[in-house]
Amino acid sequence: MLGYVVRRFLIFLASVIAASLLVFFVMSVLPGDPAVVMLGTQATPESVEALREELGLNRPFLAQYFDWAWSAVRGDLGVSFFSGIAISGQIAERLKVTLPLAFMAMTMTILVAFPAGVFAAARHRRPGDTVVSVSSQIGLAIPAFWAGLILVTVFAVNLSWFPAGGFPGWDEGFWPAFQALLLPAISLALVQSAILTRYVRSAVLETLKLDFIRTARAKGLSRSAALWRHGLRNASIPVLTVLGLQFAALLAGTVVIESVFVLPGLGSMLLQAITRRDLFLVQGGAIVIVTFILMISLVVDIVYHFADPRLRAQ
Amino acid sequence: MSTPDAPLPVELDHKRRRFRRANFVIGLVIVATVILTAILSAFWTPYDPSAISPSEVFLPPGSSGHILGTDQFGRDVFSQIMVGSQNALFVGVLAVMIAIVIGIPLGGLAAAKRGWIEDLLMRISDVIYAFPAVLTAILFVAAFQPGRTPAMIAIGIAYIPIVARVTRGAALSVFQLDFVTAARSYGRSQNFVFWRHVVPNILSVLIVQATVLFALAILAEAALSFLGLGTQPPTPSWGRSLRDAQTLISKAPGLAIWPGLAIAFTVLGFNLLGDGLRDALDPRLEVRNA
Repeated sequence: MLGYVVRRFLIFLASVIAASLLVFFVMSVLPGDPAVVMLGTQATPESVEALREELGLNRPFLAQYFDWAWSAVRGDLGVSFFSGIAISGQIAERLKVTLPLAFMAMTMTILVAFPAGVFAAARHRRPGDTVVSVSSQIGLAIPAFWAGLILVTVFAVNLSWFPAGGFPGWDEGFWPAFQALLLPAISLALVQSAILTRYVRSAVLETLKLDFIRTARAKGLSRSAALWRHGLRNASIPVLTVLGLQFAALLAGTVVIESVFVLPGLGSMLLQAITRRDLFLVQGGAIVIVTFILMISLVVDIVYHFADPRLRAQ
Repeated sequence: MSTPDAPLPVELDHKRRRFRRANFVIGLVIVATVILTAILSAFWTPYDPSAISPSEVFLPPGSSGHILGTDQFGRDVFSQIMVGSQNALFVGVLAVMIAIVIGIPLGGLAAAKRGWIEDLLMRISDVIYAFPAVLTAILFVAAFQPGRTPAMIAIGIAYIPIVARVTRGAALSVFQLDFVTAARSYGRSQNFVFWRHVVPNILSVLIVQATVLFALAILAEAALSFLGLGTQPPTPSWGRSLRDAQTLISKAPGLAIWPGLAIAFTVLGFNLLGDGLRDALDPRLEVRNA
């Protein structure tokens, strides 16, 4: 078991290194000189050369990468060229919005999808199942950012129940911050719960066909007790992988949703950085998002390994 | 879980079958409508989609012959939605082509070679998979310029690992079948065996995957254009129209409805078609999913 965890962790480290190399490579194939991009076309050749020297752009690619990686390991991702502020500090600040948003959306997704999926499986081939299947099919087709726009129109513009956008910050108190994240989280959860409902439904259906459910029923357990006590528990194991993938999708989804609701998160930071041609900030932000996604995959794999007794026994 | 070799039940559930067939037909009708609209809009639209008419701004749906009204420049919304379908289909086709052209050989190579080559290719695909389409597009736009081509390439690259994984998974089981072993013992190269014998046998899986990816690509392009990273004006794009509508949401909330409905309608069509194809091309899947 420990061997598996160590091996999986080493794969995670190798993946993070490969991903950061990839981002570094894409940034290095920029058409034109990054120093010129940053200083503008009016810059003198001397100032461009000075900046190239200062940024270490005259050194070989791998030397630049190793320098950056060594600093990154110590929590230093460099300095934003536009604002002069440390990139890791900016990212940490932005994560205070993006991570709670992703967690809220994930919680809503689970709270909707598990009951809906089990409900549909329990009413297999009956009207209840059809309603859930059709709803999830429609949910899958809706772009999250469009759902966000509609929610803003209805609940912020017309009813004035929620703010249309912006984020007051956690210092202003929990409720105003929570309220600002509620509509964005619902927009994200709407689509993700449609996906998860389908998986929960088919995983529960698959489990209900297995012998131990028949045994539980034969021992006198009611259909719903067998479903909730044994069916859902066993169906949760394959659903775990999907949950991991969904959390990664939610992190990516926040980039778009933050733009709809004008939230100061990691996604909007990346978009601003592109407009300002702040390449080091784009690089740092992208690597942090990918590292999070790889980390989620690591955690899911390990939990999956522990949760499934067949894998544990291997 | 039943294995692919599990015996098929003699009687399939007809009710379920009808429901799934209905899904397939609805999907097919929607996709055909979108494709026909895209073709038609290349020759005819009720109004010139880019014609600005200052005297006709923000007309409500149905007024002066504008079925869905007009936008802030007096342009006909229905004509713009019609032309936007060309963009959605174009991006979908090219992004999926990129994913397929690179993903199938990679997945096939992993399945054929096994061992460390398979491990290496799958680890690389895991790393690429960690880059969501939106993030890949952000990096591409940072490196190049916002536009439809970088967006399309980014979406295609983001889907390569999915195609590679599906190809590998399906090809692994076909490589173990007797006729493939026979072809190899006959002296055929692995490359020949893969394209001549394995690919035709996994084509149904790949077609289903391509249909699903098509829907995802349309969603991703819309999201990127909404962010201003994808299709640029004056090319009409549903995502771009939603971006414009966002700034006018308090003045003309209706403008945010139609492009979104067009995206949802198209994606729904491709998803239903994908589900239907999955059942039609592999009846055993129907039994497993039922």
